[in-house]
Amino acid sequence: MLLSLYIVNKSGGLIYHRDFSSLAKLDTNDTLRLGSIWHSLHAISSQLSPVPGCKGIELLQAETFDLHNFQTPTGIKFFAVAECNSQGVDRFLKRVYGLYADYVLKNPFYELDMPIRCELFDLQLTSEVTLTMNA
Amino acid sequence: MVCFNMYIFNRNGVCLHYSEWSRPKNVKDGAGTLVDDAKMMFGLLFSLKNVCTAIDPTREVKRPLGAPTPHGEGCSFRSFTTDCYKLHYLDSPSGIKIVLNTSKDVGSLEKQMWVIYSSLYCEYIVKNPLYTVGEPFECEQFVQKLNKFVATLG
Repeated sequence: MLLSLYIVNKSGGLIYHRDFSSLAKLDTNDTLRLGSIWHSLHAISSQLSPVPGCKGIELLQAETFDLHNFQTPTGIKFFAVAECNSQGVDRFLKRVYGLYADYVLKNPFYELDMPIRCELFDLQLTSEVTLTMNA
Repeated sequence: MVCFNMYIFNRNGVCLHYSEWSRPKNVKDGAGTLVDDAKMMFGLLFSLKNVCTAIDPTREVKRPLGAPTPHGEGCSFRSFTTDCYKLHYLDSPSGIKIVLNTSKDVGSLEKQMWVIYSSLYCEYIVKNPLYTVGEPFECEQFVQKLNKFVATLG
């Protein structure tokens, strides 16, 4: 089950955040900080890699949740908090990337790297989430 | 499966032990020196644990991000997977942290990590009368047994 979704731009600023469950509710300041911290931890994990060419964390398995991360070639990170061993979260993140490309980037009023305030994106995301949850 | 390297930290962040079996990317291309590498690794673990504690969906009242948590409380993580390697993490009740980097084609190594802690670290290091707690160690017997154990993993 999905708990929340974060989108972080290439410089580490949180541009979108949504909780799908009251369990995941965090303080607003904490969500902003979490986005930036995740950005840095992701970078450190690739620097500490024992293998060359590492791009960073894709899945973090904690005791009570899983955190799935998807980074696009342009450096935008989509990450979702889900319950342990949830299926289909990676596919969901890729679908959200598709929605982002369609409903955010093609919105003429959207400025790159700024917080996402697009109604259509919200609506499409809601239906995508329902699809994933029911799958 | 390939095992790359292993770190053991105490609860103050001192790197007690470092073993390396294979490291295709030199430390020089990463953190620079082994000392910095270990510091950076501990920093990563520390912050990841803070992040996990803040996110923890099972807690009704959330702890603010970065609030000090007494040892043993809060939510920890077991492993993370990147596109190239997988990091397995064990946080023991006494604050000893064991980190094992392997290739990503393995499942959970939690049991094996506990074996390293209980039958190698406790047996050969803690029970060694010449060992001062909190000091880095280079115990030959421990290293031998560890190499043998890691060979059985792959």
